[in-house]
Amino acid sequence: MTDVVMSPNIVFVVTIAALFTVGTYLVLERSLTRILLGIVLLGNGTNLLILVAGGAAGAPPLIGVQSDRPMSDPLPQALILTAIVITLGLTAFLLAMAYRSWQLHRHDEVQDDVEDRRIVRLAAIDERAFEDDDTESGGETLDEEAATTRDEMDEGLAFEDVHAEPAPDHPGRAARPSTTTTDGEEGR
Amino acid sequence: MLLLLTVHLAAALVAPVLFHWWGRRAFWALALAPASAAVWALTWTSEVQAGKGPVEVVEWIPALGLDLSFHLDTLSWLMTLVVGGVGALVLVYCAAYFSPTASGLGRFGAVFTAFAGSMLGLVTADDMLLMFVFWELTTVTSYLLIGHYADRKASRRAAMQAIIVTTAGGLAMLVGVVILGHAAGTYSLSALMADPPPASGAVVAAVVCLLAGAATKSALIPFHFWLPAAMAAPTPVSAYLHAAAMVKAGVYLVARFAPAYSELPAWRWTVVVLGAGTLLLGGYRALRQHDLKLVLAFGTVSQLGLIILLVGLGTQATALAGLAMLGAHAMFKAALFTVVGTVDVACGTRDLRRLSGVGKALPWTALAGGLATASMIGLPPFAGYVAKEAGLEALAHLEDGALGWVVLASVVVGSALTVAYGLRFWWGAFATKPALVPQSATQDAQGVATTTSLAAGGEESVEPAPVTRPSFLLTAPALVLSFLGLAVALLPQLGEHLLEPYASTYPLGEPGHLVLWGGFGLVLWLTVGVLAVGGLLFLARDKVERWQARVPHVLEADLTYRRSMRKLDDLAADVTAVTQRGSLPLYLGVILTTWVLAVGTALVRGTSFPAAVRPWDYAAQTVFAAGTIVAAILVARARRRLKAVILAGISGYATAGMFLLYGAPDLAVTQVLVETITLVVFVLVLRRLPPYFSDRPLAASRWVRLAVGLAVGLVVAGVALVAPSARVHAPVSADFATEAYEFGGGKNIVNVTLVDIRAWDTMGEISVLLVAATGVASLVFLSARGGRIFREREAPADRAVWGGTADPMAALRRPGDSVTITPQGSSVGTNAAGAARVGSRAREWLRAGRTLAPQRRSVIFEVVVRLLFHTMIVYSAFLLFSGHNQPGGGFAAGLVTGIALAVRYLAGGRYELGEAAPVQPGVLLGTGLFLSAGAGLAAFLVGGSVLESWILHFHLPVWGDVKFVTSLFFDVGVYLVVVGLVLDILRSLGAEIDRRAESGEDDVADDAVGGDDQLALARGRTAAVQASAVPRDLGGDAEGVVP
Repeated sequence: MTDVVMSPNIVFVVTIAALFTVGTYLVLERSLTRILLGIVLLGNGTNLLILVAGGAAGAPPLIGVQSDRPMSDPLPQALILTAIVITLGLTAFLLAMAYRSWQLHRHDEVQDDVEDRRIVRLAAIDERAFEDDDTESGGETLDEEAATTRDEMDEGLAFEDVHAEPAPDHPGRAARPSTTTTDGEEGR
Repeated sequence: MLLLLTVHLAAALVAPVLFHWWGRRAFWALALAPASAAVWALTWTSEVQAGKGPVEVVEWIPALGLDLSFHLDTLSWLMTLVVGGVGALVLVYCAAYFSPTASGLGRFGAVFTAFAGSMLGLVTADDMLLMFVFWELTTVTSYLLIGHYADRKASRRAAMQAIIVTTAGGLAMLVGVVILGHAAGTYSLSALMADPPPASGAVVAAVVCLLAGAATKSALIPFHFWLPAAMAAPTPVSAYLHAAAMVKAGVYLVARFAPAYSELPAWRWTVVVLGAGTLLLGGYRALRQHDLKLVLAFGTVSQLGLIILLVGLGTQATALAGLAMLGAHAMFKAALFTVVGTVDVACGTRDLRRLSGVGKALPWTALAGGLATASMIGLPPFAGYVAKEAGLEALAHLEDGALGWVVLASVVVGSALTVAYGLRFWWGAFATKPALVPQSATQDAQGVATTTSLAAGGEESVEPAPVTRPSFLLTAPALVLSFLGLAVALLPQLGEHLLEPYASTYPLGEPGHLVLWGGFGLVLWLTVGVLAVGGLLFLARDKVERWQARVPHVLEADLTYRRSMRKLDDLAADVTAVTQRGSLPLYLGVILTTWVLAVGTALVRGTSFPAAVRPWDYAAQTVFAAGTIVAAILVARARRRLKAVILAGISGYATAGMFLLYGAPDLAVTQVLVETITLVVFVLVLRRLPPYFSDRPLAASRWVRLAVGLAVGLVVAGVALVAPSARVHAPVSADFATEAYEFGGGKNIVNVTLVDIRAWDTMGEISVLLVAATGVASLVFLSARGGRIFREREAPADRAVWGGTADPMAALRRPGDSVTITPQGSSVGTNAAGAARVGSRAREWLRAGRTLAPQRRSVIFEVVVRLLFHTMIVYSAFLLFSGHNQPGGGFAAGLVTGIALAVRYLAGGRYELGEAAPVQPGVLLGTGLFLSAGAGLAAFLVGGSVLESWILHFHLPVWGDVKFVTSLFFDVGVYLVVVGLVLDILRSLGAEIDRRAESGEDDVADDAVGGDDQLALARGRTAAVQASAVPRDLGGDAEGVVP
């Protein structure tokens, strides 16, 4: 089975080509139902393609079955088997989406993405799609911005009274209870 | 060195916990990490001086030739001392600087320590790629530190700007590193410097790339703007990153490569232009800042230009001066930044227009600031003075013609500017000023600083910002650093002795010297002149400010940056607009066309078509092929949805025939079952969709689509022709037959492949099914994983399933015992009516048949389902257990069970489905996956490999000999997952949609009303597939149901 150069089976080749042609044609539509049918057909075509690529037709890969033909390759079959079931899951999922689309829009057409259209429209008139502080040329200068930033700092103690509250008009900071530190203090 | 890096990493990782336990005192613990690096470097001092520093190499990615290699030479030693020493002091400073209640201290401490570790790795790495990794780590950690106050716009912007600029430079540097490593044949720094690749075009380009990296990291023009903006970071960050550590990375890079490449004209010109330009620009801009931190920031920019100039010029004397300046600058600039922080803590402002008398109130802080300032402006006997004198001396003897004099002149001018802004800084922070600008004039209504100068807006009556007494701990690090700057200057020979080994690797000139007194000469007079001019500039500060304000800003780098970012955004929008049209057919068309072109070209050029072809294996294949093709083409032509779906189903059944004739019975069985369920699913949803497809699109687009389809079909045909004969190796499945029987214990090779040989694949695939099922459920149920299970006894009495409108007679058709449970039952179904019907349930064919509207019921269908359901379940069990040796297995068995459930639903409605499978599909899916994975894990736990199976032989008394293979558990898992999937579909797209239609939640549109007759057709069709014995009756049923 491995040494023979395998010649392809024309019936299969034609079937695969037809399934892919129709599948592609349907997938390029806008109705989700037709797209889904296209995917189902493409899936069938792909499964046949894998089967053909795996070798010539043969006896079922069951041990103990008597046949005059060599056994067909089991590996592609195992791959295809799971692919078939996964296509079912995919179909169900896309159908659920079609239903959701019907719930929201009363149709199952795949519309152009609204956000993408907005970007295209804005780009055509050189408008910005979003605000970006980093690119605004106007506004505050760097120096001004740097001066406004305040750290969450410790507070010094008033000179007159170690236990006094910070001055209420302390600029730029909210009045917080002063914290006594055990570290040495300056100014004595 | 790896150990030290590990220490840093560990400290960074545990930092959040430490802060949770100890509050801000945890900074003390973190300080140990960089301190250990500094101490470690000190212990190696004499060895490093002798050129025998430690080397460490650990293989990391041998395939890439990437090693974790480190070595400590004089330059690394100096940088390690700076990075470790200043890092430790600043961390100690943090312990008093931040308020105990400050937010995010854990994160801050962790990132800060991680940054210190990255810096340590950067300066000790011997592999250039490793160095680049650390380089980028410092970029990332500095981004996090600058953006520490992420809720502030200024912080975010500064952080973003810093990371964009430095990463851009970092990428350029990577290119340079790769070119250089390729040219040298090694990425080891020490090997490269020992034998640098000769200057070729590529090497020159690489060197320029390296300089670009250094310029961005060290904030040289034209990339200097990110450094002042980065003052949005907390002050300790500025003291460490923007004075001692990160900005010195660029200096380190220049110093590292200067011995090899400083003679290249491209290197020399870049260093001179960028260094001198930055030196002058920074000093000039510093003269008109009012924020003390910004004065220092521009001062740092200026000093970085000077240091790069000195270490990059390439003579031994300038290099020695540069290294000395590097150390001196780290000491005095870090000290000054911490001093600013202390003033900020004490006064609540850093605006020099509002500070007065601070020096009197905080004498120790003023002393520390004074000493550091003196070092910065080059007063003897401080480190800054020694370094600057050595620099001037070296430059005066540069012997480079006009260029040498230009460099000397710019350094002199830059030094004068340094004196001016240094004095301005100390005066601004500590002096007692006669007039101040009121707070209202320094900030506008939004708290944004204004540019009102002290001369223009100063008023004598204004009260200065009140001074409080900060913790002494805030002053101590600055005192340590500034006294250190004095101490090292008093022993200049020691510094010369320590730094000379690296300076002597430079190619040009005579060795330089570090001295306190260089004798009378040109340099002495230059120094005097610098101090005098600087002092005058300081005295005339108001005039200087006014003059600067009048000079138009020709080209502001920051503005240019913002504009170019804006242009980049616009470009991105344009590209997006062209490529991202938002149209699915367009995207698919582009993808498919590309595929056709690529694969088609490869087919025509790179392959040979087979010499011989067979028309067919069996003549019967042509029949199924014709069925497949014709049905598929009719699908494309159908205008009615149901017709298209049924035709697609026919095409699928015909495909199953092709599978069968190819020798794949398992596939044929699975395909038939899946097509059946697919039909049911389609019809369930088609109920809600318009019966006809919308109007045909334009003919032109149809021909284009057909053309793409034909092209795809042709290329696939080519692939199908070429693929079978393209095989050059024996298939991997050649031994599957033996393996399947001997190890897998089964005769059906396909099934053994699924559950044993390639069980991992199957595991992945059933996970996909689980995800798909969950997706279906979440698209329909929206808020919960699955709705409630509909049980027959809970059905409302007055409403019949699929009946359309409320049906008051429904209650009479229901068994009495359930009437009382229903919400409205008490009024409609009386006890008398119920009593008469007790026991009627036993005569029902289907348990929930009565919940259907009478016109929707079909006795024959119910009878058939009643007879078939259990048979099908038994059959599926047979498929499951025999699948190991005959066609069948978990997938087929699950699908048969699924069809059995579908038939129950179609015959009896959603309550019947609830009776048939009173279980949440999520439970089935979860149990199934758990069983499959668990079977694999169990094999692992008892000592085999994951998913290995065992064959058990034993004898049961009545049953006989049993051969049991443990992979059956895996197959049962597969079975449960498939059943769960089908049940999920039926409950979501069937039962839930029914419920909504009845409750009015899905306001049925007019054009979709006809959907219910499609359901009736589906019932007929599915039954026809499964119960082919009674097709005629079902046809009649369907006709009778259509309203």
